[in-house]
Amino acid sequence: MPHIQLPEGLPGIRGPMVFSPETTRPLCDLVQVLLTGPHTLTPAEREMIATYVSSQNDCIYCQSCHGSTAAQHLGGSDADYELIAQIKQNYQATPISAKMKALLAIAGNVQKGGKHVTPEDINRARQVGATDKEIHDTVLIAAAFCMFNRYVDGLATWQPRDPEIYREIGKQTSQLGYVGRDYKKPLQAIADAQVKVEA
Amino acid sequence: MAHIKVPENLPGILGPMAISPESTKALRELVEVLLRGPNTLTPAEREMIATYASSQNDCRFCQLSHGAAAAEHLGGNYELIDRIKQNFDTAEISEKLKALLAIAGKVQKGGKHVTGEDVERARQRGATDKEIHDTVLIAAAFSMFNRYVDGLGTWQPTDPKAYREMGKTMAEVGYVRPNWEEKTSDQPVEAA
Repeated sequence: MPHIQLPEGLPGIRGPMVFSPETTRPLCDLVQVLLTGPHTLTPAEREMIATYVSSQNDCIYCQSCHGSTAAQHLGGSDADYELIAQIKQNYQATPISAKMKALLAIAGNVQKGGKHVTPEDINRARQVGATDKEIHDTVLIAAAFCMFNRYVDGLATWQPRDPEIYREIGKQTSQLGYVGRDYKKPLQAIADAQVKVEA
Repeated sequence: MAHIKVPENLPGILGPMAISPESTKALRELVEVLLRGPNTLTPAEREMIATYASSQNDCRFCQLSHGAAAAEHLGGNYELIDRIKQNFDTAEISEKLKALLAIAGKVQKGGKHVTGEDVERARQRGATDKEIHDTVLIAAAFSMFNRYVDGLGTWQPTDPKAYREMGKTMAEVGYVRPNWEEKTSDQPVEAA
């Protein structure tokens, strides 16, 4: 049960988002700027950074949503979902670019704490082609998910385990982005599974 | 020197903010509503939560700037802010705020550290659901801001006096209007 009274039936961050619309607007603007839109890193790559950090923070809801969104950006096949699972386990062993591996290393150090990022981490990323903007955005995406993960877990929100729910969220988010959405709208996969919020 | 190229005369978060206007707009609006929007917690109390979380994260720029904002909201009571950072349980603040700072300290470690008992204690001391929500989100947001500032290796002045002017502006003008990072040419922010 969540620590505070939140709207029922809404998974993860959606409960507190509906509870607090005045903070939700800038939070949605932030994640929209960071993860969608024109960028030298693809939306899939930026969602991978968000997913990896959320996985290091052990936040079920965020790693499942953003992992699914990343997979959907890649086409949504089982192989795409498998790649995301492998990135969370050991990204060094995956076929992603050397630049992405260097950026994920920076993101992992940001997750531990800002001071863990070393000039060597930055130089390594630069040597494999990362720009200052890409490094800046990697640090801010990783930092932002240290916020989102704490928001979701710190209020003990309901975080379902059914992968179908996250598949639906990933499809919606990869197509619609994060702003101008009705987060109160029930998810079909939740209705289908007849998942109930445990009292 | 910062890990990436940012304007050299801007301390802490103002450097990276200057090179990323789109994310900066959202970040400023977030901190404005969290720390200065209509709320049953005073701006000083919310700045204390931000300061305490930043101090637990060992982020010099954030703890000194928000500590200065909190102190300036209280007419310049910098001693109280130092006592809160050292041991808030013995500081002259309300029992409710002590319970909220305990929650903020747990959020700083990680969301799952917050227990039902932490929340129950805050409620018994009069905290509302909104106050608990806002405390969790402020502490979470500063786990972001602190990482942004330290993760890019920004320049952070060491003299606490360097933060007094900043704290006054944060307390009096807020976070959306000052456009500090756009003042690089004519009004550099002084280090000390």
